[in-house]
Amino acid sequence: MEILPPKVLRRKKIRNKAEGVINVKAEKKKKTVKVININADKCNGCRACEMICSAFHAAPKYSSNNPARSRIRIIREPLRDIYVPVYAGEHAVAECAGRDKYTIDGKEYEECAFCRASCPSRSDFKEPDSGLPLKCDMCEGEEMPLCVKWCTVDALTYEEREDEAAEEEKPEDIEIGLESLANKYGLQKIMDAVARLSQKG
Amino acid sequence: MRYAETGFNLEIDLSRGSIEREATDPKDTELYLGGLGTNAKILWDRVPPETKPFDPENLLIFGSGLLCGTPATGCNRTIVSTISPQTLFMAFSMMGGFWAPELKYAGYDKVILRGKSPNLVYLWINNDKVEIRDASHLKGKGAGETAELIKKELKEPKAQVVSIGLAGENRVYFASIEQGRSSASRGGLGAVMGDKGVKAIAVRGTKDINIARPEEYMDLCKEVLEYIKFRNDNPIPGVMPILAGLGSPQEMKVHDEKWHTENFMWGNSRTRRKDFWNKEIAEEWMKTLDSMRRRLISCYNCPMTCGATIQPPGLPTYMMKCFTKLTYTMAAMSDLEFGLGIAQSATEYGVDGFSAPQVMAFALELYDAGILTDKDFPGMPADNEGRFYWLLDRIVRREGIGDVLANGTYWAARQIGNGAEKYAHNNIKKHEQLPLKLSMLNPIYFLMYCTGEKINITQIEGQFPQAPFLTREEREAFVKDWFQVPDDKFKQIFLDWEPRGEKSMPFYPNVQMCCDIVDWQERMHYIDDALGMCAGLSSFPLKPPYHIHNYPKFISSGAGIDMDEAKLTQAAKRYRTLVRAINIRRGMRRKDEKPPEDHWKKRFPELEKELMDTYYKFKGWNEQGIPTKEYLLEMGLDFVYEDFVKRGILTDNGDPSSKGTPPEKDKE
Repeated sequence: MEILPPKVLRRKKIRNKAEGVINVKAEKKKKTVKVININADKCNGCRACEMICSAFHAAPKYSSNNPARSRIRIIREPLRDIYVPVYAGEHAVAECAGRDKYTIDGKEYEECAFCRASCPSRSDFKEPDSGLPLKCDMCEGEEMPLCVKWCTVDALTYEEREDEAAEEEKPEDIEIGLESLANKYGLQKIMDAVARLSQKG
Repeated sequence: MRYAETGFNLEIDLSRGSIEREATDPKDTELYLGGLGTNAKILWDRVPPETKPFDPENLLIFGSGLLCGTPATGCNRTIVSTISPQTLFMAFSMMGGFWAPELKYAGYDKVILRGKSPNLVYLWINNDKVEIRDASHLKGKGAGETAELIKKELKEPKAQVVSIGLAGENRVYFASIEQGRSSASRGGLGAVMGDKGVKAIAVRGTKDINIARPEEYMDLCKEVLEYIKFRNDNPIPGVMPILAGLGSPQEMKVHDEKWHTENFMWGNSRTRRKDFWNKEIAEEWMKTLDSMRRRLISCYNCPMTCGATIQPPGLPTYMMKCFTKLTYTMAAMSDLEFGLGIAQSATEYGVDGFSAPQVMAFALELYDAGILTDKDFPGMPADNEGRFYWLLDRIVRREGIGDVLANGTYWAARQIGNGAEKYAHNNIKKHEQLPLKLSMLNPIYFLMYCTGEKINITQIEGQFPQAPFLTREEREAFVKDWFQVPDDKFKQIFLDWEPRGEKSMPFYPNVQMCCDIVDWQERMHYIDDALGMCAGLSSFPLKPPYHIHNYPKFISSGAGIDMDEAKLTQAAKRYRTLVRAINIRRGMRRKDEKPPEDHWKKRFPELEKELMDTYYKFKGWNEQGIPTKEYLLEMGLDFVYEDFVKRGILTDNGDPSSKGTPPEKDKE
């Protein structure tokens, strides 16, 4: 799983005189990607990850413990040798229309096995009392997610890697509008118009 | 607010079909902690000695340990207590797994069953909603099969289920209660569950367990986890591999079974095969285990992977742990493939993996001796392995000779007569023991075998090395980081302990030292059983992460009960005495406290007498093993003393009664 760091890139405008077109492009910069590697083959099904997750997120911290509040869940069916650690992701307001069943190495996985969403069709990843959705936050403030720290069998391992790929940022609405005006009238006219407008106060 | 515990028990009367949620007294937690401690208090208060195991008044208590459901690694044990149909004493077998924490999350510390249901039922505990549900469709189903069917029927894959198989339904005296990879097997708890008409108890809980001082508690938990990692990376040198690490013996991992197969007895605990293990067998057994073992698995919140899922060819997958791996193999003088195969049936039927194989080997020994004959075994196959399957089927159904054997070797031998008694040779307090026959008396083990009231050696031994190390250097290296000792004197005892010469067994450790060692070992087991901690991370292995020095801190910061080493030791002594008091009230005396006669070849009657006399006195018991007036009052167990006087067990002066010991209770 990956969680992107907050926006760190500054946009730089490049003026193209010949075309009169503004390109909005992102600068290439390294960023840190936090990754939890899940090796389901190593999972022993002990649910220490669920335990520590619920304890860490209790208020005050560690004051209570309740795996039903955990943002990670082990789908555990020992007799079918099914062990899937799943993390809580985005909340889905509606059930999905089609659901998939997977068969991997001869083992059939339930229809919601790999889904990260808290949704109306199941009780997972919701606060048991309020029903409010839960979402993994990688244990913000800790050196690594605690589920990883407590998984001594290495089913969960943590990795921070530098990602070289530039982040393409979406232009804001106003830029999209200005860009199309510039394409129609030329950039100079727009700038003149802006200058006149600003003098009027 | 209550911390670590929920403060509520579930009281279920199966005769009336009533369910009550009852608040418990926090004072009892302080005095008896939880788990075994409070179970014993309830049994003392509510089950008088006149109550027989299969009377509706007998209770079957499923108690979670005080710290179960908290972040303490490995704290997941359910302590099941009742009056045993086999020993007629208090049985308190335990199981790991996932059930006890789930019960806590559902909002209860214990489930207390009384009465008898007229029809087979199962219980469904879903937080505040508790139901008694019809189980007629589950009659005869396997224990594991039952758990799966119930989860499906309830549409609750996250429910945790304890269940019995056919053996429990038919009140086999060594029937187990199964739960995932764990089981409460000893003492016939499954028979009492079956007698009460309860096939299973399913639990799902989504509530919080609170911690009194969270930061402090988590620091302790983190320390323990770090120490587990350290111990896993640093096995203890100089001891055999299964004693070098943590966890229960890592039977699902190890391939080298030279030690077990050559030192434990085969058949009806008879034959030692000193040159059994060779390269071919090692290769064959490794192939067998590798081909059947699907995955190493753990109990709740524990990294130790002591169990495994096993899939024998053509049979359903089941879960196994520990020494059941070899008990069927060795009882039948067969191989690992047979052992892992029949264990699948045995686990589904729900029988104890120590007793069941021995009972079958005992039956075949009687057959060979002509005490049982062909007419007792109509239709039994001729081949050895087929006979074991056939006998197992008869026993769990209580058909023909199976009905006799289902009572265990002690009662079966008495019923069969004709000299059968001497074939039931491996019992303590009427209960089958591990198949071990050794040469010279070990004074520490002698005391543990005699006085252990869990009646199972693995549930009292631990902490102190089983044998002296060869050289002084090795011993010095061992004691260097041995901080778990309650007192430095244990280090000195171990340092001076030599394999041969003046300071060797059986006269060294001397009698007083043996008392200290046994008392320490037993105390740690009793503490584990009240807190719900797995012995595999505490009382059983050498240098465990939990010990007498950090336990008081766990209890203080976790449960919010002021605790120190002295107070904890006192509490453990208190409920340990209560267990003894329950058994004393049921007729247990010194005569019952002895190892199997043939356990050691070389015995030392005078030393043995001195050991018992000294240990009894050390424990605050009189020469009959009855806790004395002074000791009971010191423990705050005045009510026990008063009851003993009322029943003529002690006199007003606190002397043993002249009425002598009550007569042996016979089979119902």
